[in-house]
Amino acid sequence: MPRFQFPVEAGHVLCFARAVGDDDPVRYDAEHERTIRRGGLSASPTFVAAVAQFDPDWPYRPQPGQPWCGSGRGPGTPPPGAGTTSLHAEQHYEYHREVRPGDVLTVERSAGATWEKHSARSGRLRFEEEITRFTDPAGELVVTARRVRVITGRSAEGST
Amino acid sequence: MTMVRELGIGGTHTQLLVEELTRTQIVMYAGASGDYNPLHTDEVYATKIAGFPSVLAHGQLTMGLTARLVTSWLDDAVLTAFGVRFSRQVWPGDTLTGTVTVTAVGEQDGRPTAELMLITTNQEDQTVVSGYARVRGE
Repeated sequence: MPRFQFPVEAGHVLCFARAVGDDDPVRYDAEHERTIRRGGLSASPTFVAAVAQFDPDWPYRPQPGQPWCGSGRGPGTPPPGAGTTSLHAEQHYEYHREVRPGDVLTVERSAGATWEKHSARSGRLRFEEEITRFTDPAGELVVTARRVRVITGRSAEGST
Repeated sequence: MTMVRELGIGGTHTQLLVEELTRTQIVMYAGASGDYNPLHTDEVYATKIAGFPSVLAHGQLTMGLTARLVTSWLDDAVLTAFGVRFSRQVWPGDTLTGTVTVTAVGEQDGRPTAELMLITTNQEDQTVVSGYARVRGE
């Protein structure tokens, strides 16, 4: 799995906080009493989801010169693998310390456990875990993320 | 706001997380997170290609909104863990309310800790995400 860098920038932390309705001054106001008391600016709890911005292989970002499945002149095109559906089933974070503007995190992904269940509605369900480790330049873990996806054998009710 | 050391098992807090979620907020989340999946950002694609009634919110947007239950309630909380299960889709126009319940309290290295159960429901009282958080106080 590739490794890449995730520079944590104050403006990005602010935009992410706004997007999740997080108006806590610790996300944007370095001079606020609460920010000072909490040791400086810090990112919203799920901010590391924005790692997608820096992931060179992230599929859900239009790329110059590459076809995009969304609408333009026409309504778009179905993704390959139609007939199976991948759903984001669970997301877990372990925080080893706060993520702060100025951090440059190294991101490493690895596959976790896989298992199967049978559902009367959706047929065979395959669960896949993906572990993402965010470390600082000293090699210390900052956040560990665990995503569980469920892949159904036939089209279910969509995706989250 | 409440301090972690003031929490007791069974204590609860309920909070409105978003009233009538807008497509624009979903777009804000797409832009901030980098998840531009057209299911979330492109009404034409979501309805005509994917067959949904409209775009839908990112599960991670609902998780991010749910985090406010902890961070806007507990003044001194440092999150040590946070996890959710996504159980139902969230659509534009949905109003989400979260409830947090204290399931355990303790102490580690002289600082108070607590385990919390989180449930976020839509305007029809259907659970959209459920999960947990662990916090440490000062």
